[in-house]
Amino acid sequence: MRIYDLAFVCRSKNAGPFQFTVDLMFQNEADFERVLQAANFTPTAIGALCDADPARIHIKPFRRILTIKVVLPRRCGSGGPGDTDVYGSQQHFPLGAMEIA
Amino acid sequence: MKEEIRYLSLCGLLGYGYAPESLANALAEPLDFIGVDAGSTDPGPYYLGSGKGFVKRLQVKRDLALALPEALSRKIPLIIGSAGGAGARPHVDATLEVLQEIAAEKKLRFTVAVVYSDLDVGQLRQWAAQGRLTPCGGAPEFDPACLDQLAHPVAQFGTEPIIRALQSGADVILSGRCCDTAIFASYPIMHGFPAGLALHAAKIAECGALCARPVGANDSLIVTLRHDAMTVRPPNPIRACTPDSVAAHSLYEQPDPECFFEPEGMIDMRQAEFLSAGERGVTVRGTTLAPAAKPTLKLEGAVRRGWRTITIAGVRDPVAIANLDAIESGVRAAVATSMAGVSSDYSLRFLRYGVDAVSGGLEAPPEPLPREAGLLIEAIGPTQEIADTVLSLARSSALHQAFPNRKATAGNLAFPFSPSDFHGGEVFEFALYHLLDTTGLELDFPLVLKEVGGHADL
Repeated sequence: MRIYDLAFVCRSKNAGPFQFTVDLMFQNEADFERVLQAANFTPTAIGALCDADPARIHIKPFRRILTIKVVLPRRCGSGGPGDTDVYGSQQHFPLGAMEIA
Repeated sequence: MKEEIRYLSLCGLLGYGYAPESLANALAEPLDFIGVDAGSTDPGPYYLGSGKGFVKRLQVKRDLALALPEALSRKIPLIIGSAGGAGARPHVDATLEVLQEIAAEKKLRFTVAVVYSDLDVGQLRQWAAQGRLTPCGGAPEFDPACLDQLAHPVAQFGTEPIIRALQSGADVILSGRCCDTAIFASYPIMHGFPAGLALHAAKIAECGALCARPVGANDSLIVTLRHDAMTVRPPNPIRACTPDSVAAHSLYEQPDPECFFEPEGMIDMRQAEFLSAGERGVTVRGTTLAPAAKPTLKLEGAVRRGWRTITIAGVRDPVAIANLDAIESGVRAAVATSMAGVSSDYSLRFLRYGVDAVSGGLEAPPEPLPREAGLLIEAIGPTQEIADTVLSLARSSALHQAFPNRKATAGNLAFPFSPSDFHGGEVFEFALYHLLDTTGLELDFPLVLKEVGGHADL
């Protein structure tokens, strides 16, 4: 199942001009754990999918509200030459399309 | 010592608006101050670089004109932070002009304490040479070569300069670039309230009613701060805060949901409790502050990278859509030939909406390809004239570019407009987004007291 279908909120936004944050909110603990524990839900796999350095990808679970935050580096500074999404609000893909077993 | 402080955050961003009833409801009980955040780096580096605001003057005027007379008549400070969006001197001065306009129209008279956060480039050069700058939030290493082109470098200061402004007794505090939290935490910290809780409350307050449901960056939030807890509640009865909605707010635009960093230190929310308070409020307790190991301030600055011209067109022909790569490479070659001897200093970009423009090529084009695609062609050059010329050449080449199996030999593009080309103006890039180690530095953010209004009575 795709992350986009497992989460009830799947959104992205700038976290400052040089990073995106993708927030994945789940309606139940089972879906939250299913994504968090998935073998392919790692900085390495996400880095390969998003063309990003895994060392700069951070996965931060926020159990209190069954949310996983993924911080990704932007490929260029927000609003600078070459940017395609100044606010970063449509960068929850390709991560949203990642298949979770 | 005060036992309780009650304040109003007018809205999530000055100019975004708020319901007049929210202000009226909030004023039904005593308030210690009204604050509003005007700043954001979200719209990109253009606004800091150009000195312009990203919300319009009339929006700012509307939001201030309702609240200012109420603050003055109650003798409570109105605190405006990161004025004008990016908070550099031109932004602050533009907001001061709006205050002067309101004063003239409403026959008001008041004092404004203006705090500027602009930095001196010579001083920055020195700090860079001393190794005091480290990248913040994923920024690249600082490149001293950009110093001479740096437009409007500012420091995002914390509570100290705003506390100084409050101590001046001014009616309105008009601050340049500052931490969003400083707008709302300065008054409580000045009055001896615990900094961790005051900063956490401020972090929630700066977004207005964004922590409520339905969310409302364009509405107000009331914060009641005591020494051991804070309570947040939207004054607008259509909204309510819930423990989850307030806890979830710490996710927003933040790299870490359980702690954040301010010049005062690390605000740690891991032990924070969120409890319902009444029907629409939430009480939070347990947030702590771990003082910073070394004192830092975040600096921001933008560098101009040229001027931009764009055109937008649609493509319906299926063979043309299948050959967008071929069209692009043909256009690039044609432009290079025509620009030889004129200028080679330009860049061209093709954004193919419907195909791969948003993901920037991270995802493969869809199969089958869409029935229609949008093509945006962008030229950036060292002058507007060069950008115009490159774009003009690219546009005419793209219209007529040949490719294999072409059937629609009269033209490849549907332009919705005449003229087809648009000026994007100056293009900026964040070149300074770094932490300054302020150990041993005496930073001076000048405080200027201004008398505003009163002339209409003379």
